[in-house]
Amino acid sequence: MSESHMSDDDDEPLLIAEGLGKWYGRQLGCRDVSFSLYAGEVIAVVGESGSGKSTLLQLLCGEIEPSCGRVLYRTRDGATRDLATLAEAERRFLARTDWGYVHQDAARGLRMGVSAGANVGERLMAVGARHYGRIREQAVSWLDRVEIDRERIDDSPRTYSGGMRQRLQIARNLVTQPRLILMDEPTGGLDVSVQARLLDLLRRLVADLKLSAVVVTHDLAVARLLSHRIVVMKGGSVIESGLTDQVLDDPREPYTQLLVASILPP
Amino acid sequence: MSAQGNIPVYNFAYLDEQTKRMIRRAVLKAVAIPGYQVPFASREMPMPYGWGTGGVQVTAAVLGPDDVLKVIDQGADDTANAVSIRKFFVRTAGVRTTTDTHAATVIQTRHRIPEAPLAEHQILVYQVPIPEPLRYLEPRETETRRMHALADYGLMHVKLYEDIARHGHIATTYAYPVKVEGRYVMDPSPTPKFDNPKMDHCAALQLFGAGREKRIYAIPPHTEVVSLDFEDHPFERYRLDGTCALCGSAESFLDEVITDDRGGRMFVCSDTDYCEGRRAEQPAAVAP
Repeated sequence: MSESHMSDDDDEPLLIAEGLGKWYGRQLGCRDVSFSLYAGEVIAVVGESGSGKSTLLQLLCGEIEPSCGRVLYRTRDGATRDLATLAEAERRFLARTDWGYVHQDAARGLRMGVSAGANVGERLMAVGARHYGRIREQAVSWLDRVEIDRERIDDSPRTYSGGMRQRLQIARNLVTQPRLILMDEPTGGLDVSVQARLLDLLRRLVADLKLSAVVVTHDLAVARLLSHRIVVMKGGSVIESGLTDQVLDDPREPYTQLLVASILPP
Repeated sequence: MSAQGNIPVYNFAYLDEQTKRMIRRAVLKAVAIPGYQVPFASREMPMPYGWGTGGVQVTAAVLGPDDVLKVIDQGADDTANAVSIRKFFVRTAGVRTTTDTHAATVIQTRHRIPEAPLAEHQILVYQVPIPEPLRYLEPRETETRRMHALADYGLMHVKLYEDIARHGHIATTYAYPVKVEGRYVMDPSPTPKFDNPKMDHCAALQLFGAGREKRIYAIPPHTEVVSLDFEDHPFERYRLDGTCALCGSAESFLDEVITDDRGGRMFVCSDTDYCEGRRAEQPAAVAP
């Protein structure tokens, strides 16, 4: 698993979860989660509140340590590395160059005290960009891409609407051209028309940039629109997984059937 | 008070020997790791926080009976803070004091570095209110420590970016962040950025004490100190555009003094010793 490969070798998974489990004391977070994520692929993790979705996401980015199992990630040099063996400096570097993390609450993913431009530029400066003009150019071009008026570049995100904040958060994550994006309920708390626009944007960006993504959501419509494959969780375990259309159109597990049936017909 | 000499009502320089040892250990560690903030067990001092309790403790720990002490506050030897701290050490340590920068061996300062170049036998002690340069960007102490440990300093440039975005130039004029010996980013205490270049390869030992925040850090002599900037917005010194009304200096850092309520004002050197020295050299100067 750890021998090196060509960096553009897409036959190897980008991210592998192996038997991941997490206990918070006697409280179960999630258990025995295994899957592989390939380059350009989007996996949705669905389930109700408390099913272990967010725990799984935090395990995947190394924010919390697993109680058992491991997470393997193929870095740009082609080597597949166990996250637990990375030094913290390496993990941080990956987290701000190769990964993105989109929080449900944009205020947690953004730096609310500084302007939108500084929010987008932060990752660039963190990896050594020291030319103000070029940082700003990049910030402007990313604001354009996420459909935020470039006039608003010097405004604080506090003055932004919920949908704009979420788009700004996405721009801030994508500016270093990461390969993997982890999203925790990216459309949560937004009204329906704003959700639709955001989903449109996400779908386009994921396709344009050939991003791999893990999207945690309780909204099956989001899963259907964004993801290729789907993982259904309940009580901390994966109960069903497969191609998104297959699982949603022909659910096998009673719980999945219940989830699908609980969507209001359009 | 009667001039009874220096009967040791207090231990020499107020602090007890164990405390001074503890502070000296912190100072030694700080010198060994330039720019790194060393925690120390800051004591209550007989003055309020914000009046230089950190600087006073460092001075007390490095002061010897043969030292000559100078204390400045915003460059001046005769303001309340400077006078009271000088008196404090005269009373508790019986050391000689001076206002002459060249004659001093230990200089405690609030917000300025003297205009006269410092020499190897001198120690400059800064009073520091907030030692953490990342504080206003990252409120969590656990996180800022980790950022220092990993040399994760992108955030510092976010602050400078924000300055340029708002004001068109780097508008931070004091407490301007510096990188020490290519490693630690450090807050040079609220000195004006005019003084930043003086820290670079300074011959004197520079010690920083923050009493409330319980931190000591240091720049050893002849250490590289670089002010952070952008390639297209390089660091610039800032000084008011004018000359000193008393000594005529066009190089020194100036204070603006309001002289009446009709807009009258004058500029004078912030460093009083430098200004007096220049005036003594030119007896022909007109009295103001």
